[in-house]
Amino acid sequence: MDFPVDLSYAKTHEWVRQKGDEAIVGITSYAQEQLRDIVFVELPKLGRKVKAKQPCAVIESVKAAYDTYAPVSGEIIRINTELEGSPQLINEDPYGKGWLFIIKMNDPGELKELLSSQAYAVLCKEEHH
Amino acid sequence: MPEKLIFEISSPGRRGVRFPECDVPKRPLEDMIPKRLQRTTPPRLPEVSELDIVRHFTRLSHLNYSVDTNFYPLGSCTMKYNPKVHEDIAGLEGFKKLHPYQPHEQVQGVLRLLYDFSELLKEVCGMPEFSLQPAAGAQGELLGMMITRVYYEKKGEPRRKIIIPDSAHGTNPASAALCGFEVVEIKSNKEGMVDLEVLKKAMSPEVAALMITNPNTLGIFEKEIRAICDILHAAGGLVYCDGANLNALLGRVKPGDMGIDLLHLNLHKTFTTPHGGGGPGAGPLGVSEPLRPFLPIPRVEMQKGTFIFNYNFPDSVGRLKPFYGNIGIIIRAYAYILSLGREGLGRVSEAAVLNANYLKKKLSQHYDIPYPEGCMHEFVLSGRRQKRLGVTTMDIAKRLLDYGFYAPTIYFPLIVEEALMIEPTETESRETLDDFAQALVSIAEEAEKQPELVKGAPHNTPVRRLDEVKAARQLDLRWSFTGDGL
Repeated sequence: MDFPVDLSYAKTHEWVRQKGDEAIVGITSYAQEQLRDIVFVELPKLGRKVKAKQPCAVIESVKAAYDTYAPVSGEIIRINTELEGSPQLINEDPYGKGWLFIIKMNDPGELKELLSSQAYAVLCKEEHH
Repeated sequence: MPEKLIFEISSPGRRGVRFPECDVPKRPLEDMIPKRLQRTTPPRLPEVSELDIVRHFTRLSHLNYSVDTNFYPLGSCTMKYNPKVHEDIAGLEGFKKLHPYQPHEQVQGVLRLLYDFSELLKEVCGMPEFSLQPAAGAQGELLGMMITRVYYEKKGEPRRKIIIPDSAHGTNPASAALCGFEVVEIKSNKEGMVDLEVLKKAMSPEVAALMITNPNTLGIFEKEIRAICDILHAAGGLVYCDGANLNALLGRVKPGDMGIDLLHLNLHKTFTTPHGGGGPGAGPLGVSEPLRPFLPIPRVEMQKGTFIFNYNFPDSVGRLKPFYGNIGIIIRAYAYILSLGREGLGRVSEAAVLNANYLKKKLSQHYDIPYPEGCMHEFVLSGRRQKRLGVTTMDIAKRLLDYGFYAPTIYFPLIVEEALMIEPTETESRETLDDFAQALVSIAEEAEKQPELVKGAPHNTPVRRLDEVKAARQLDLRWSFTGDGL
């Protein structure tokens, strides 16, 4: 499985790409594979204040409805509107076109609490046992 | 599809009924319906003869699969047989012709039935009072959460969190969230049960309740239920029990004795009333003593030898549903309890648990069993061994249709990889269980020797495998007439 080393990972299977005080968030290739074909995405409203570890989006697949958690605290400043018509982008390109939303972080220091690509890979392996 | 749509068999000008000539004076349409409300084009209805329509729907009805045609081992749903005598009883003139606006003096019989049924549920479950109003299990849950919220508001300590194990039914967090609670999920331990240490860590003065299912969705009895309730109660919290799996406990253990504060029942599961399309549901809610004031109104009570509706409960959450619940369903469940009696109810759970363990044992060599200890009324297999051969649980489920069986619940609980959740219920014979086990064993062999056969299933059903991804992404719910762009 593919977990790019330049990203940070939450235990709840989100990835974060840092750009200054902005955090681009998506779900990992492991998460999308577990969910199988994604058919609907409910994204947070622009301007919403989110807290780390709180659910803020819902992803529905043929298998399950799945909460996505904010990996860091801050404000939602952009959402991926492409997903509305093409939710399969998450399956096809989870780290690229399948991004979910961008959070303007209150405290980029929170990123330190997330996992490295290596640590996240171990977590997935354990879950899969 | 082996049967065309009704629109496809339509032929212009064909009619099922011809009306006689009008023998009363005709009035202009405008006198009766204002011009602005009249259609300008006739509705596009299918044009068919009476025989066309009778054959169409009769053929469609032959495509139905139900517990009356075959085994239906849908885990968590308790698809037991629904005795036909219950239909006769619910259809008695005195029940059938009731009107919900009749005054209580005229409907003493049915009020007595509601009262008695409530008394029976109290005895079976060990809960001090029940409301029969909720129209479904999920509405029972919603009521339970509403009462939980109001209970703490009344105490002046608005608590915001509900703890839910990761094996729970999806309705649990949905009901909690709908009432404005924040859901805290806790991880199950290696045995598939609530981990006491994890629970203790999740506790805080903000926790209003734990929502638990016992036996849980893995079919495992939460042996530490008393300790779990003690942890909650010591912190001033409540314990909500999802009673979906009461079929495993009936006549053996009373949830009230475990320390449960709120309990909903699914009459269409445990008490054998029809499921889904077979009739409306019912999800009575039982509560512990301190929660009684908050139950919905009106409540049926006996005063001076007469059954009445009592509306005088100022702390009540109010009315949950028009009238008094789905009474036709309650009548069926009442008949079920009375015909089985105390001893019979105990034998229900005994046979349900025996059947599940029998099937589990028969399948244990052929599928991975993530929680190998004994089970209650249902159990969960994992198709991960087959997945390594390229055959998924979805494929196995589809292949079961070729063998003439309804597929078990799949991919739930979420904590089991490639889950197959099987609940045989007590109403199946050993022969049926053997046939079903043989089908699953054959499929496991096919997965090894002819995986393409399983991956391409179903082969013998009226329709082949449906494209559920396309169906969900591109909803197409309406017939389009060609040519007119509708």
